[in-house]
Amino acid sequence: MSYRLLITLLAFLAIGLALITLLIGPAGISPATSIASLLIGDRTDIFAIVMREIRLPRMLGGLVVGISLGVAGAAMQGYLRNPLAEPGLLGVSGSAALGAVLVLQSGLAGMFGLALPMAAIGGALLAAIVMLLVSGRSRSSLALILAGVALSALAGAVTSLVLNLSPNPFAASEIMFWMMGSLANISFDQLGLALPFMVAGWLLLFAARRSLDALSLGEDAAAGLGVNLRQLRLLVILGCAASIGAVTAIAGVVGFAGLVVPHLLRRLVGGEPGRLLLASALGGACLILATDIAVRLVAPDRDLKLGVVMAMIGAPLFLHLVWQTGRQEA
Amino acid sequence: MRGKWWRAMRAIALLAFMMLAAPAQAGAPLRVVSMNLCTDQLAMLLAGPDQLISVSFLARDPLVSSMAEEAAGWPVNYGQAEEIYLLQPDLVITGFWSAPLTQRLLNRLGIRVERLPIARNLEEMRSNIRQMGAWLGRPDEAAALLARFEADLELLRAEDPEPLQRPRAAIYAANGYMSGMNSLSDSLIRLAGLNNIAAELGLQHSQVLDLERLVLARPDLVITDQKYAGWSRAEALMEHRAVQLAGQESAVRDQYWTCGTPHIIQAVAELAAAKRRLVTARQLAQAGK
Repeated sequence: MSYRLLITLLAFLAIGLALITLLIGPAGISPATSIASLLIGDRTDIFAIVMREIRLPRMLGGLVVGISLGVAGAAMQGYLRNPLAEPGLLGVSGSAALGAVLVLQSGLAGMFGLALPMAAIGGALLAAIVMLLVSGRSRSSLALILAGVALSALAGAVTSLVLNLSPNPFAASEIMFWMMGSLANISFDQLGLALPFMVAGWLLLFAARRSLDALSLGEDAAAGLGVNLRQLRLLVILGCAASIGAVTAIAGVVGFAGLVVPHLLRRLVGGEPGRLLLASALGGACLILATDIAVRLVAPDRDLKLGVVMAMIGAPLFLHLVWQTGRQEA
Repeated sequence: MRGKWWRAMRAIALLAFMMLAAPAQAGAPLRVVSMNLCTDQLAMLLAGPDQLISVSFLARDPLVSSMAEEAAGWPVNYGQAEEIYLLQPDLVITGFWSAPLTQRLLNRLGIRVERLPIARNLEEMRSNIRQMGAWLGRPDEAAALLARFEADLELLRAEDPEPLQRPRAAIYAANGYMSGMNSLSDSLIRLAGLNNIAAELGLQHSQVLDLERLVLARPDLVITDQKYAGWSRAEALMEHRAVQLAGQESAVRDQYWTCGTPHIIQAVAELAAAKRRLVTARQLAQAGK
């Protein structure tokens, strides 16, 4: 399949899934009414409020969360040259959640709205730097993943601690949201806070695409081709931190999406890490939108978490990849 | 002769009365511990001096307790079996559902535990107050408290006669939990001259209602909880623009209607004030047109 055809197909699939998510909801509004109210409903149209303030932000949330997870997963795998790398597994998402929970519970986010995405991005940045240090010390891809597991566990434990100690009686029951992620009741206010940071992250990562291609030949070869390795590292770290931090601040930790999507698409783009970025961005959007449709069809009233479904798809794949990696390294 | 008879009869009658009344007084518990926010408040209102020896820590929380200041006068407990046992109570009063493990443990240790059900309407609240009076051996105080409550209720009714148009309100708490028809909150908003939208939706019991159906129900007023310190997604739901557009208002201080105590009068007054604001705003809008 040609690259252009693949991108076109993925884009159409993403748009189709986005439209379907707009038509699903507990209110049971007919598709024709839904679309009409969304497009031309006036201020007194009650369906227009449901469509524009509840379903539209959820659809856009699924889209941008998917893009961010897909592109960050592809960039991490390309940069670390490790098919097991992924923001959730490496603890980047978990640390972002910790940052978000800290500013929310301390009340800082209430005083200054941008504190929320910025703290989450700060958490993601710290984790990304730790992971980079680990990968610099050890050539083994499994060592990196194990370090990620440790970091995720630590971030998750401290997040749980903060939520347990919160004076808010509801906070502790929301540990699951922060660990598993959800798009339920997401609003335009939240999207508006996070979106600029996500877009900035995407742009940084796309700016790295040619260097990532060169890097697939090895560090020395890439340097020989004129790639500035220090600049590339900065682009990947900042890009991943910005997009993953902003995603986690509004949707919690959604694991495995960044692992699954690049893996499914890698062969279709001929193994080029640069091309994989755009394909994974669209593929991530498709996966998250489809998952969000699934959780709403399976349990319309329950706010089933995205991460539950993602782990069911992603964990077996992850085991399979570990199996293969183990064989190669042996 | 006749005078003597009378005196003897009166003495016998008095003796009989005292014998009937005495067991209640003698059997009244002397060291009572309350472990539940709602029983705390009723016990503080009804207990005799030094009869109540501890209330739950929540009784001092001004966000949920209408008697936070009074509660400062009692030592607090956290519902742990160990601390309760060491207080050596002869009666522990708690909510029907609270701390079941502690209840079971205290029962096994031979301590009398009484459980007060949740009041789902005014009648159940009245019977709870009488029940509390009976447990504490203070039925007269309970009757007096109820009489004062009925008088306050009458005053409130006189102040705010039945409106022609009852605005439709949704009681929408954290996590999208909507109070159904079978709840004390429902009784209170109807007393305040509002209709509960749960009745239109056929919600007997309180349950989670998603945002979409809340909006489509077109409430005139969405009455939300007060926020706790810290932060939760559960409460952040109230800041969702769809809830704001539906007419969100934090109209009542939660301390006044969390429990079925006579303080619910205050909740009804605050709800009625919110209703009057809404009706006035509507009249102004109509006049503007």
